[in-house]
Amino acid sequence: MWRDAALVAGKDLRIEARSKVALSQVAPFGVVALGLFAFALGPDRAPMVSGAPGLFWVAVLFSTVLAIQRSVSVESADGARDGLRLSGLDPAGLFLGKALAVAAQLVVLELVLTVGVVLLYGAAVKTVWLIAVACLLGTVGLAAAGTLYGALSAGIRVRETLLPFLLLPVVTPILLAGTRIWQAGLAGGTPSDATPWLHLLLAFDAVYLAVGVVVYGPIQEAT
Amino acid sequence: MTSTVVTERSDDHRRGDSADPDLVGGTRNGPPVLSRGAVLTTRVVGVAAVVGVAFTVWLGLWVTPPDKVQGNLVRLVYIHPGVAWVALYLAFGLAAVASLLYLWPRTRSLFWDRLAAAAVEVGVVFNVCTLISGSIWGRPTWGVWWAWDARLTSTAALLVLFLGYMALRRVPAEPEVRAKRSAFAALFAALDVPIVHFSVVWWKTLHQGATVLNANLSPTIHGSMAWTLLLGFVALTLVFVWMLLVRYRIGVLEDWVGSGELDLALRERQAEGIAPPVAPADVQPAPPAPAETPAGREAPREIAEVSQ
Repeated sequence: MWRDAALVAGKDLRIEARSKVALSQVAPFGVVALGLFAFALGPDRAPMVSGAPGLFWVAVLFSTVLAIQRSVSVESADGARDGLRLSGLDPAGLFLGKALAVAAQLVVLELVLTVGVVLLYGAAVKTVWLIAVACLLGTVGLAAAGTLYGALSAGIRVRETLLPFLLLPVVTPILLAGTRIWQAGLAGGTPSDATPWLHLLLAFDAVYLAVGVVVYGPIQEAT
Repeated sequence: MTSTVVTERSDDHRRGDSADPDLVGGTRNGPPVLSRGAVLTTRVVGVAAVVGVAFTVWLGLWVTPPDKVQGNLVRLVYIHPGVAWVALYLAFGLAAVASLLYLWPRTRSLFWDRLAAAAVEVGVVFNVCTLISGSIWGRPTWGVWWAWDARLTSTAALLVLFLGYMALRRVPAEPEVRAKRSAFAALFAALDVPIVHFSVVWWKTLHQGATVLNANLSPTIHGSMAWTLLLGFVALTLVFVWMLLVRYRIGVLEDWVGSGELDLALRERQAEGIAPPVAPADVQPAPPAPAETPAGREAPREIAEVSQ
């Protein structure tokens, strides 16, 4: 399973390294979103700084939708999906691999956006590790749930419009938890402020990773 | 409504629902027909629902006294919790269980898929009613139509999850493919519900606690008000069951119409080809008997109107 996961993740990341779609389109989109939020909140620093955690995560969520769309469309051409099914790779490994590739891209994106939030909004990060943990756990959840919904919508022609509607409400807990942990991290709060939210993120990750490992195969057959 | 549909017949090859114990026919003998027991059940439940709602309205608006603190506003309590119970627990719980039963290979049957779909659709109606009735209560009590409180937010989140399920269902697909997809979507959404719930509870809360099902299971209201509240729960549950039965039936007919559409279109084209205006001698012998065609054309159209 893990070997298959590494294979699939390597394939997706190699495609990304050659096509640079996430780097040249998804990441810039995230930065554009940050700019739009700044315009919406006005030139004053105060609302931007107080809103920074939430705005960061909204930008991450929107970019996730794009990253997932890309991850699905990579498989949609030339019968690649059928090829993957014929390859004999473990479906659980396939799921983990796809999710891992998305997560890797999201981590890079989050780094870019964090720098953007610090530079553009003037937010000061006080507890760095808290923010890093929130990003990591949030990323795993987003990648797992996103890959699942991506697979579910893979064969559907209206995928582009359907996927955000299906995915974004489901990942709202990540937005809430991520935002609260970030608030604690920016304010220099103690870890105890963020503990329930970290547990929530862990639960989300565990649930969607477990479900994905179990049902990715049947989903592939269904769509 | 259903009786007008089942009288129409046509003789083409349509895939019916053999897995359904309550439906007879539906293969080549025309639309699937409800068994007498099913028709009777639907009627009895419908009548009971109407009577129950009428009694609730009567008790709620005329018999029960206004509340000391809330005045006449308290009368919403006879409707709102009942509607919420149906929307948040009954409908969604049923949809989740039915979806699981569909996914489980040994109980896989389109019956569960249609039941889940019906439960979700009726649940959406009840969910919207929950939000509207809560909003009507919230405006004079809290001073706002909408508050970002935990219960409101998770109810709205549930509505959006439901709507996503319905959007996915609307994507045209074979019944089996659609059933599998929808069942997975319902499963993922159901798993999300507790997480969403906890997250918004921690996020903020100012809604009052549960009144009837509190920790001691001893209702904190009493007398005629408690009975009316209870009756409201029963009546709205009956309304839910009735709507569920009717929606389920419409789902069966929708699938029947959908599976017959291509056949019908082919036959209409064939009928055009053999129509008398062009020289009749050149035409191939007609495969379907001419007398069948008009009936075959008419029947599904009428069903399509009913099911919309």
